Amino acid sequence: MNGKLFKVNGDRFVPYALIAPTIISILLIMFFPVFKVFQLSFQNYSFAQPYNNGFVGLKNFVDIFTKDPLFFKSLLTTVKWVGWEVVLQLVFGLMVALLLNREFKGRGLVRSLVLVPWAVSGILTTMLWSLMFNQSIGIINVIFKHLGFIKTDIAWLANTHTVFGSVVVAELWRGIPFFAIMLLAALQTIPKDVYEACEVDGCGNVKRFFYITLPFLKESIIFSTLLRGIWEFNSIDMIFTMTNGGPMNMTTTLPIYMFQTSILQGNYGYGSALGVVTFILLLIFVIFYLRLNRSGGLNK
Amino acid sequence: MNSISRATSNETIIEIQGYKPASKFKKIVPNIIIFYLPLTAVLIFVLLPFLWALSTSFKTQPDILNTAASFIPHPFTFENYHSVWSVNKFSVFFKNSIFISLASTIFILILSVANGYAISRYQFRGKSSFLVVLLSTQMMPVMLFIIPLFLVFKSLGLINTPLAIIIFYIVTQVPFNTLLMKGFIDAIPKEIDEAAMVDGAGRFRVIFGIIMRIILPGIVATSSFAFIGCWNEFLVAFSFITSDQNFTIPIGLKFMIGEYSVDYGSLAAGSMIGLIPPILMFAYIQKYLVDGLGSGSVKG
Repeated sequence: MNGKLFKVNGDRFVPYALIAPTIISILLIMFFPVFKVFQLSFQNYSFAQPYNNGFVGLKNFVDIFTKDPLFFKSLLTTVKWVGWEVVLQLVFGLMVALLLNREFKGRGLVRSLVLVPWAVSGILTTMLWSLMFNQSIGIINVIFKHLGFIKTDIAWLANTHTVFGSVVVAELWRGIPFFAIMLLAALQTIPKDVYEACEVDGCGNVKRFFYITLPFLKESIIFSTLLRGIWEFNSIDMIFTMTNGGPMNMTTTLPIYMFQTSILQGNYGYGSALGVVTFILLLIFVIFYLRLNRSGGLNK
Repeated sequence: MNSISRATSNETIIEIQGYKPASKFKKIVPNIIIFYLPLTAVLIFVLLPFLWALSTSFKTQPDILNTAASFIPHPFTFENYHSVWSVNKFSVFFKNSIFISLASTIFILILSVANGYAISRYQFRGKSSFLVVLLSTQMMPVMLFIIPLFLVFKSLGLINTPLAIIIFYIVTQVPFNTLLMKGFIDAIPKEIDEAAMVDGAGRFRVIFGIIMRIILPGIVATSSFAFIGCWNEFLVAFSFITSDQNFTIPIGLKFMIGEYSVDYGSLAAGSMIGLIPPILMFAYIQKYLVDGLGSGSVKG
């Protein structure tokens, strides 16, 4: 007894030793910079005008809300972007998950092929889809002309009417597999006897989907929608490399705007303030979303 | 295994429905409409960008610009691969990407196993705060701390070194992997640790010898995730790395688009090179991804 007690005491520092490197690096590399970004947001800090650097109080925030039409335009674009992406990815992801959950010959191979864009990065998505959308060498113009949808070649990514939709489609290509993977995993946890009971009661495909499949998937759908919403809100790689926010800021989301202001133009103070506002907006969205679900707002 | 039996049970339900007299033919037609047609459409949507880029990568410049677009290169050439590998320095970028991703993955694994072990095996003060810290890191947008981190690394002289992005990848990926490792270690009975320690093994050997060997399959899968994550990362590498000697593949690709005359063939060839490692790994972990998520972390 005594020996064991002693040993437990001797072990007291082991967990701390194990987590110490992680804690220290998270504090230094993530928490300290976040603290710093809040500090920077109250300053003028710019590479272009270093003589103006210094504490300016709330000036950056006041400017964002009163003098910056591009901020509101980016906010609107971000909301549109997240909305379209999450809804379409969920709908098509669910469809793909249901298709791939059926038993058929060659299912393993088909699953790998359909889900593989999950592993493709934003920049590579840009590469592949730029070759598709390209006005002179792209296959999309060729196909659409054959089908009679269009008469002349369209520069999909340079045209203000088509650019947003084009970027949405490219991101869908990469995002659908995420939902498909999450929902496919959840589909496999539905116990078979529930379906059998439903069968005995004589329910058809449609009833089976709405009374069994969907309720069983509810938690997964809420969880993956939230994750994806946050992810799409913050996503920047693909839009930045595909359109850099253009043409005419049609695809400038908040992260793009912030990246251009700070890293590319060197206006760190204003960029930090944009970052703080963006983060708080995201936080409000997440809290609202979780409240809505807890109170059962999405149930019916 | 579970998944297969469950999916089969779905199928039997469908077949039971089909057992109404003389309905064999009736079953095939709806099957084509609700199953094979959508599945084919999905496959085309997913595979078309890959196939178009693959075909472009083997074409000569005049063939690429030929308006009668064809998927079969004529003549067939390896010139694009050769030029992107040596002229565009993709041999260097590939080496950098491999080195950075491997180094990051190794440290991510070691730290995640250490953290996972501490959380799984010990009750200690601050444990729940540690978990909160880990989870909160998952919500922070990179855009929020990229500015101050850039300034910090700059003052430390780490900008434009592989070390800067390796540190960043480790810190951002350890939290998620820690939670996965905790799940794996929870599944191992504590008696195994105790038996090993009675036999005279130290804590260190228990964790990195015995435990790590038992959860090896899980480790292989999670390290593939980590590797793909590092391999694909664009934003931080793009912001922190400035000279082409240290570029990773995503940055190399980005600068290829920026060049004055766009060499589509090389662009496509470079994309193919960048795609190979993540796609191979994905093919390997695909089954685990779908089954593992269902049985483990995100139960519906």
